[in-house]
Amino acid sequence: MSQEYYDPADLQDFPKIGEVASVQGEKFFAYYAAATSAGRLSEREKALIALAVATVRHCPYCIDAYTNKCLSLDVDENEMMEAIHVGAAMVAGDTLAHATQMRKIVRKKGM
Amino acid sequence: MDLREQHALLDGLDHPESFADRLRSCGAYPLRAASVEILQMNITRRCNLCCRHCHVESSPARAEEMSREDMKASLRAAAHPSITTLDVTGGAPEMHPNLEWFLREAAMMGKRLLVRSNAAILLDAPYRHFADVYAETGVEVVASLPGLSRENTDRMRGPGVFDRIIAALVELNARGYGKPGSGHVLDLVHNPVGAFLPASQQTLEDEYRIKLRRDFGIEFNRLYCLTNCPVGRYLDYLRRSDNLIDYMNLLRQSFNSAAVGNVMCRTTVSVGSDGRLFDCDFNQILDLPLSHPAPGRIGDFDYDALARREIVVRSHCFSCTAGAGSSCQGAPADK
Repeated sequence: MSQEYYDPADLQDFPKIGEVASVQGEKFFAYYAAATSAGRLSEREKALIALAVATVRHCPYCIDAYTNKCLSLDVDENEMMEAIHVGAAMVAGDTLAHATQMRKIVRKKGM
Repeated sequence: MDLREQHALLDGLDHPESFADRLRSCGAYPLRAASVEILQMNITRRCNLCCRHCHVESSPARAEEMSREDMKASLRAAAHPSITTLDVTGGAPEMHPNLEWFLREAAMMGKRLLVRSNAAILLDAPYRHFADVYAETGVEVVASLPGLSRENTDRMRGPGVFDRIIAALVELNARGYGKPGSGHVLDLVHNPVGAFLPASQQTLEDEYRIKLRRDFGIEFNRLYCLTNCPVGRYLDYLRRSDNLIDYMNLLRQSFNSAAVGNVMCRTTVSVGSDGRLFDCDFNQILDLPLSHPAPGRIGDFDYDALARREIVVRSHCFSCTAGAGSSCQGAPADK
């Protein structure tokens, strides 16, 4: 991806997206804070979930933000990699589960 | 790392806003001391370890240590009723030949007495007795445990150090340290192992408590989170890893005006191993003397002049005001 689209400095602008359409922006950030801060799950567990989702979604901003957050929370590289493997396994599983659709059609159409 | 080189790096960051500018913008400049409650003594720069983040650049090869005369002068200064705490650091304080004598003298003053230990040294034969000396003299032990990952801790402090710290903490626990009702205080210190900031002190303390208890049966009182200050060996790491500009920007972006009022320099005076006085341990390493007319040496201790001195600030001070802030006594914004 070209540097023009994914500049790390863009992340500094993210909190300002609510400068326009501010009602929706404020609601989003309130929801975001509630969803990612400690609740029944710890901040650490949520940061690992967010990191796995960020890699699955291929979001360089979120990967940057949540790798740093995990580091700050004393999450080590093995733990982060395990979380990413969960994401990767889900993607692989999601793909392979769709093979059942292929198999269903093959069984129906074949002789 | 050469002192001039450190100043050149920190002064050459070419940012339009200095730390003094930032304080000015929140009405906190000049930053002044509020009192002197803590006398922090860096009694030796020698250490059994050679950690990659050490701002003092301590190692077994360092020879600087405080003279007995300056230790006596520190005791005289600490007799002032406003000083509640003697905070002994290094290097590894245990490697100072007069530490035991000093602690037994200081213990008679009835002040809070802290020793900052890397803990691993308490397993080495010449220093094993200090765990008992600490217990006998009522010392609060502040032990450094950068993280809960063996790999990360050893990468920062040296091979096998994590396991030695754990073994030393078990021995301190056996003497009552960290155990409720024992009166023996064991606090731990967390440092990020790399170019990032620590998470909240409470979050990490909870994590440390759960895992140290579960994995090793270790108890402790409090966890202090320290932000690594871009000074000494840590500054060298930032430069060599090409993280310096990003880290300094992170510190600036994370500036928290709520932390300013409680930064440690406002209530602390730092005594160098040569008996000179500084606003903090970092200014000591950067050789930034106290502002005039505060006295320059512990032998000339003048409480009134020190308690109203103007603090000398530079760009490294952003590390004490980032996020919840950073202080040897815990996160300033959490107080």
